[in-house]
Amino acid sequence: MHETAVAESILQTICDYAAKMNARPVRAVVSCGQFNALNDEVMRFAFEAAAESTVAQGMDLQIRHIPLRAACKACRISFEFDIYDPVCPSCKSMEFEFEPDAPLLLEDIEFEDPNEGIAESKDPEPQ
Amino acid sequence: MKVSLNQKILSRNDDFAAKNKAYFRRRGILCLNFISSPGSGKTTVIARTIGALKGKLNIAVIEGDIKTDTDAQKIRAAGAEAVQIETHGACHLSAEQVANALTLLNSADAKVIIIENVGNLVCPSAFDLGEHRRVVVLSVPEGDDKPVKYPGTFAEADVVLINKIDLMDYLDFNLERVLADIRAVNPDAVILQISASTGEGMQAWYDWLTKNAGAE
Repeated sequence: MHETAVAESILQTICDYAAKMNARPVRAVVSCGQFNALNDEVMRFAFEAAAESTVAQGMDLQIRHIPLRAACKACRISFEFDIYDPVCPSCKSMEFEFEPDAPLLLEDIEFEDPNEGIAESKDPEPQ
Repeated sequence: MKVSLNQKILSRNDDFAAKNKAYFRRRGILCLNFISSPGSGKTTVIARTIGALKGKLNIAVIEGDIKTDTDAQKIRAAGAEAVQIETHGACHLSAEQVANALTLLNSADAKVIIIENVGNLVCPSAFDLGEHRRVVVLSVPEGDDKPVKYPGTFAEADVVLINKIDLMDYLDFNLERVLADIRAVNPDAVILQISASTGEGMQAWYDWLTKNAGAE
């Protein structure tokens, strides 16, 4: 459940920015690799729990899983590595060389336009 | 309105890890982070290592457990200084907890600091503690499916100690499978087969430790 610590860390950053910008956060995008992968369900639950009674309550959290490229040492084919199925898709060998795995990142945070005010309609398109 | 950050998520932990790393560098200390399931024999491996290398390599230990200081007591009985961190429920150690523990260590001449993480094969691997090398202990009674079930932890190991090999004849443990599964996610790991209770295979571990302690 390292997702709990990740959730608290993200929340801290989001709340800091929300205060600085005086705006309500609506969406954040997090990305992870294969070796540091987050479980989507656990991550969303942990974030929801941590965000309760804060400015981030109810916001949408998106998790992007960045593929890890590996090369098979036997047949040299390059492919997207699945850590839970570590077998070469071509020759079934289990010996690989890896590209660097993606880090755990908070990519961006989307805020409501401060001019619209917090109580305004959530629909950004004029009717 | 979107704000692009691309910020490392556990950056607060990483800041403390960098401070710990600087502490080790200033003092010429090799730091190891021991990770495993509960009951793999981490404490026994560490205690036996302390006894075997007494007078040759000064080792201090930071113990992480959810509750109790029984592991720290075992380390002290083996003849080394130990600081106990009780996490009160947290399933892993953080670099900040280690930074606090370092201020409580007296061993000015320690050449190796071993951090024994909370017994857990999932969460500890996400947290850099500032260590130089990560040691994962897998014991034979846990079963030969652990590397394939918990690949993330094995992928990040520098050394894998396969412990309790004296029980291999009595249990259904396919060593070839374990070695292949570890190699699949981690081609570079040093894999050693040991028994911390009989001492079998421990010399190769002492040699690795002594060599690496000299290099830092």
